[in-house]
Amino acid sequence: MNLISKELLQAKNEPLNYFNKNSLIIIGIVVLGLFLYPFISPSKFALHLLMMIFMHAVMSQSWNVLAGFSGQISLGHAIFFGIGAYASGYFYTKFQITPWFGIIIGIAISAFIALLIGVPMLRLKGHYFAIATLLIGISFQVIFQRWPEVGASAGLYVPINRDSPWLSMQFHKNKVAYYYITLVFFIITFFLVWLLNRSKLGYRLKAIRDQSEAASSLGIHVSKYKVIAFIISAMIMAPMGSIYAQYVLIIDPNNTFSADISILVLLISVMGGVGNIWGPIIGSSILIPISEFSRIYFGGTGRSIDLIIYGILIILICIFRPSGIVSLIPRSFREREKVK
Amino acid sequence: MTSQVIIQAIISGILMGLIYALIAAGLSLIFGLMEIVNFAHGDHLMLSMFSTFWFWMLFGIDPIFSIPLTIILMAFLGVFTHYFIIRKILNSTMLIQICATFGLAVTIRALAQFFFTPDFRTIKNPIIQGKFEVYGVFIGYPQLFASFVCLFAFILLYLFVTKTETGTALQATSQDRQAAEILGIPSNKMFALGWAIGLSCVAVAGSMLSNYYYVFPDVGVNFSLFAFVAVALGGFGSINGSLIAGVIIGIVESVGGLLIDPSYKLLYVFAVYLLVVILRPQGIFGRY
Repeated sequence: MNLISKELLQAKNEPLNYFNKNSLIIIGIVVLGLFLYPFISPSKFALHLLMMIFMHAVMSQSWNVLAGFSGQISLGHAIFFGIGAYASGYFYTKFQITPWFGIIIGIAISAFIALLIGVPMLRLKGHYFAIATLLIGISFQVIFQRWPEVGASAGLYVPINRDSPWLSMQFHKNKVAYYYITLVFFIITFFLVWLLNRSKLGYRLKAIRDQSEAASSLGIHVSKYKVIAFIISAMIMAPMGSIYAQYVLIIDPNNTFSADISILVLLISVMGGVGNIWGPIIGSSILIPISEFSRIYFGGTGRSIDLIIYGILIILICIFRPSGIVSLIPRSFREREKVK
Repeated sequence: MTSQVIIQAIISGILMGLIYALIAAGLSLIFGLMEIVNFAHGDHLMLSMFSTFWFWMLFGIDPIFSIPLTIILMAFLGVFTHYFIIRKILNSTMLIQICATFGLAVTIRALAQFFFTPDFRTIKNPIIQGKFEVYGVFIGYPQLFASFVCLFAFILLYLFVTKTETGTALQATSQDRQAAEILGIPSNKMFALGWAIGLSCVAVAGSMLSNYYYVFPDVGVNFSLFAFVAVALGGFGSINGSLIAGVIIGIVESVGGLLIDPSYKLLYVFAVYLLVVILRPQGIFGRY
């Protein structure tokens, strides 16, 4: 280990994005454990909690792909969550199309909407893009609140189907199936993002994030790649909306297109560490239990103790640890293989 | 549709627009100084509305008399916010700055829900109430008074920034922080002053609004969105721009609601934002 390589490593602010043999084994054991968990302890609450953690980790990863890779801050990511929820719910309710296919429709529509929003908006810099996405996100909520075809503000009630749980993607007797569906999506998403991180596309996006002028002078089409990142991000978000809709079986504009979701995914990423594929997992494992437990101990009285804690935690993170909780893990542990 | 209805819509738009303008001026001032968008601006508005409400509820002080008290409270809050949060993130990335003010917004709103509950409240029987009629156009006294006070506050702000020595120092810091520091202007104090003034603007607007508007923890959300639009339209950092932009937005909101469909009021205003940032990103009077 010489000094130069160490300095280079420290300059590269992306810990934990590389695996060595040991960490692969650890990840394998954890994944196996998560798959076996329902057999060991089928506590409904624990499964719900884990499922929420996975779901929010994926949602936050979606935001993280855009912010961490291309540096654009979206404050309206609930758009794609809502589109996913409405796509599967609407096509199942009206045309009896199985939600599994609805997920794919949701992904396709989200990608298209991301293209429509991304082409004009991603030319905007910094605050302008952030505020634009905030406003577009709320516009979607307003439009869906008043669109009679999708049930306006009452939303859609997914009809209960007890005959074919797999086809209708509804599991009333046992929620374990939802757990496995989210877990599989969670693992697939993280694997894909990990691949993206190491791919040429990933390097181009990171070049744009760090030095967009330099990237542009090297022949990278900056706005094209930003739009690509936005589309990928939207496609990750949409299936979570569909799964959530099938889990709660009621879709309304205020629980799917809510600005709170957009803010939550941002807070989770910042908490864990932006631009790091482990950030969303860490952030979600910290923040989601806070909200679920506060709901148990304080009840759903609308007095929002979890939000008070979230807000204070985020302010503290921003002041003291802008690179997130991930940066608390010692570097020597994180990049043992590389430093060698 | 008679012309009276349209005139009515335009007048109520202007009256509301002057309030948006003052809120936007505070936001714009803070952005111009340190390039930080205060995403908690609407929640500061909510706090000042609650402050006015509690002064009335607990001590029986009418909103028009509690303005100075609310201004003092909010100015102190601004200075505290600067010293404990903003000062530490001045050199951070834009993402961290957005997150910090967003975190502040989430905290303030959640605390308000916790302590004040999400109930809608009103101030009953304020001194200024009622309405009058001119040629079939109805104008409410509280609205008229509120917009006059906001306009007056705006003029005071403008005179302060352009005519006084401190105000020019503020402008100097906003134009070039390093150069201003070399000339002996302490930028840190100017930032704190900027936050104090920015939140004082919100305090005036909030006090006046609570005269006739419901007071509840989420009240600031739409106002802050309109303030963002106004600031973008007027040009980030331009105080004069936000006056005209605020009035334009007020008119767009009420006339759009009248001509097309009132339930999409928000969307007309958002459309203004999207048009502005695509066609003229620097806004009407913007520097950038």
